[in-house]
Amino acid sequence: MNEQGMSGGWQPRIVAFLCNWCSYAGADLAGVSRMQYPPSIRVIRVPCSGRINPLFIVSALQSGADGVLVSGCHPGDCHYLSGNLVARRKFALVKNLLAHVGIEPERVQFSWVSASEGARFASLVEKVTEDARKLGPQRKLAKVL
Amino acid sequence: MAGVAEDIRRLAGELFQAGKIDLLIGFEQGTGSYRARPVFVESAAGAEGLTWDSTCSSNLAVYLPSLFRREPQKKGAERALPRVAVVAKACDMRSLVALIKEKQAPRENLFIIGIPCRGMVDERKLAAEMEKATGRVDVTDLSESEDSICATTPDGRKVEMAREPLVQDACRECRFPVPQGADATVAAPSRPPANGDDGAVLQFSRRADEERWKSFEEEISRCIRCYACRQACPTCYCTECFAETNRPAWIGATAEITDTMIFHIIRIFHQAGRCVECDACVRACPMGIDLRPFAGKIALDVREMFGFTPGFDLESPPPLITFKDDDRQDFITEPHRG
Repeated sequence: MNEQGMSGGWQPRIVAFLCNWCSYAGADLAGVSRMQYPPSIRVIRVPCSGRINPLFIVSALQSGADGVLVSGCHPGDCHYLSGNLVARRKFALVKNLLAHVGIEPERVQFSWVSASEGARFASLVEKVTEDARKLGPQRKLAKVL
Repeated sequence: MAGVAEDIRRLAGELFQAGKIDLLIGFEQGTGSYRARPVFVESAAGAEGLTWDSTCSSNLAVYLPSLFRREPQKKGAERALPRVAVVAKACDMRSLVALIKEKQAPRENLFIIGIPCRGMVDERKLAAEMEKATGRVDVTDLSESEDSICATTPDGRKVEMAREPLVQDACRECRFPVPQGADATVAAPSRPPANGDDGAVLQFSRRADEERWKSFEEEISRCIRCYACRQACPTCYCTECFAETNRPAWIGATAEITDTMIFHIIRIFHQAGRCVECDACVRACPMGIDLRPFAGKIALDVREMFGFTPGFDLESPPPLITFKDDDRQDFITEPHRG
């Protein structure tokens, strides 16, 4: 991936894991509604936030992502009824464990975005990008080949 | 302690004679004096060599999953699973419970011999103490009384040491020194349970972010990826580990630092709801990496966030296969608008 944005300076790269039923559709809505948000994210569509393996998150960081965003349906709205609720427990543990060993908590963020929340999605990407920009390039887990 | 060993031998003999078990996992005298060695006993005669002392620190639950793992069986011609007796301290017992819950060992095939525990001696502390006293670490014999350990060196010198300072850190923080729900419990002294606050994890978590990272990086940089921590862990029983699969190859196979850090982070994560803080991983590490401040975090979080402690209860579901509607979600990012 190109480190330089159009403005020439360093731009953070965010890997976003979006669930198929809500957040991915929310991102789509932000797009078709012509909402502006930073072009920093690389979206990976997953069937459900319950599909997220913590390995996805750390692998993204190892591949050089400056931030990771994971987003699924709001609690209670999961297409598979409880996928996001089981995932929520994993997310809490992963977030805490990574912070505990010293990875900045803002590097890995979790949120809920429904299919109708295009504006929320755009704002979320803005926030995650802004947080990563403040922290600078992520080097702690990035593998240098 | 001699009485405890006798009780174990007697019990083992009775079980074999009554034909109740096919195998017993316990401890025998090791070749060195620093650590009793796990032993698989298959007959009443073999039970004579069983022992019990302050060096029986290994978590014997680690051997169970492989005993009950077998090829798919032809219907009507299934090979019977072995009936196994295990000599278990409270931590071993809690690991057993985790394994039983995860269907890695059937409860009805187990005979658990519970032993209350005073805390086991840390061989590294013992070696350091011996080196200080005699200039070398060799010990030919180790005897113990209520409050002291007496080591004999090859040249016949005797070194008497107080017992409590030699006890493993994990045991000092142990909140469950007495096993519950065993099939037979041997009468033995136990230590008072710790109250669970201010352990290695909490002390570590109070340090600044960058300091924690530095410490993590320093410890993990010594890792040679021998996987001894994984092998020693009773609840690391997967036959295919993410660290070794190559489709997908989650992490590289060498001791490259990010690969190694990810191995440890994910291995620790996988112990959520399983880790009983027995410190088998720390004891097994040939590089002396202190995993405690990191590994203990997952047990602490599971306890604090989901109110779950891997204990003696066979009924409560493991925390990651269940959920509550009001599980905390204060970590969820709320964007500025929308």
